[in-house]
Amino acid sequence: MPTTDQALDEVLNLAANHFKVPREKLSPDDDFFKALGIDSLQTLDLLTKLENHFHVELPDYELQGVTDFRTLASKIQARL
Amino acid sequence: MEQFQGQTLSWSLTDGIIEVALHREPLNEISSLTLEELETFVGALEDLTRNAHALILYSTLKAGFCAGADLRELYQWIQKFGSEEVANHARAYLERIHRVMNVIDACPLTTIAAVHGVTFGGGFELALVCDLIIADKMARFCFPELRLGLIPGYGGIPRLKRDLGNAVVRDLLLTGRSFNTTKAQQIGLVSQVVGEGESLRAARATATQMGKFDRTTAAAAKRFIKPIPLEELQREIDLFCELLARPAVEAGLKKFVESTDTQPYLP
Repeated sequence: MPTTDQALDEVLNLAANHFKVPREKLSPDDDFFKALGIDSLQTLDLLTKLENHFHVELPDYELQGVTDFRTLASKIQARL
Repeated sequence: MEQFQGQTLSWSLTDGIIEVALHREPLNEISSLTLEELETFVGALEDLTRNAHALILYSTLKAGFCAGADLRELYQWIQKFGSEEVANHARAYLERIHRVMNVIDACPLTTIAAVHGVTFGGGFELALVCDLIIADKMARFCFPELRLGLIPGYGGIPRLKRDLGNAVVRDLLLTGRSFNTTKAQQIGLVSQVVGEGESLRAARATATQMGKFDRTTAAAAKRFIKPIPLEELQREIDLFCELLARPAVEAGLKKFVESTDTQPYLP
């Protein structure tokens, strides 16, 4: 099982790759809607990518109010 | 009519396979016009069926298969007719769309929904009328209607209950959560999971294979195993119309329609 820091790093890498944003431009506490320039439909894409990558099921209501990568990674970590 | 090019959908018949492509921007929201074109399709289906063995439903839009009912249109109806009269208008509309869904559900062809991305609400219900769902690994399924104070109205509850059972319906309906293709396959909803952008190719390969089977036997097998839950479908229409007439629904729709939030598709 990855550590919290490893999970966070994987979330950042995956988001950067999927939305074609340079990885160095993303920070753990960034608002991912703004940093990635995505809307709610694209957020569902990100959620699906993360679920497939980590082999977890993350109900989308758990994302309610979540806007930064660090909190997102902690939600995933809690399901691993 | 072996080909049709509409504003919301198109169809063609090639080598015994009817392909219906949804292409109404932004995400194939099912409007009155979509319904009219679906009615045109089912009107042509009997003739098409003489030269076909399979039917594939898919979307040409990148974002997904279908986001469900056109909620802006539904909100406009409430504004136009008022909350009591809108229930009568909605009943007539739902009875039309149920007729379309029931014809596709029961048609003697083997039917396949090839889905990707957002497959929500009425879009999910449209996929559920098909015999098989083939999904790419980025598809997501959801009944978000409770967020608006409604239930699914296009026959989704009885069909999902028929195919998978009451517990799955309760999970999806009462939580309003979406789930991915992996989960959908685990519970038996999705028959094949394929890579991104591969669902139509896989559906065509499956449909071609089905062309090798005796049509009479395939149609008889389908009739035997796939009854239409007519009584529950009618009860669903009744309940939807009863719920629609409440002020809470108008408020929920208003919030969705007027939202400039970046998260209208998240709970």
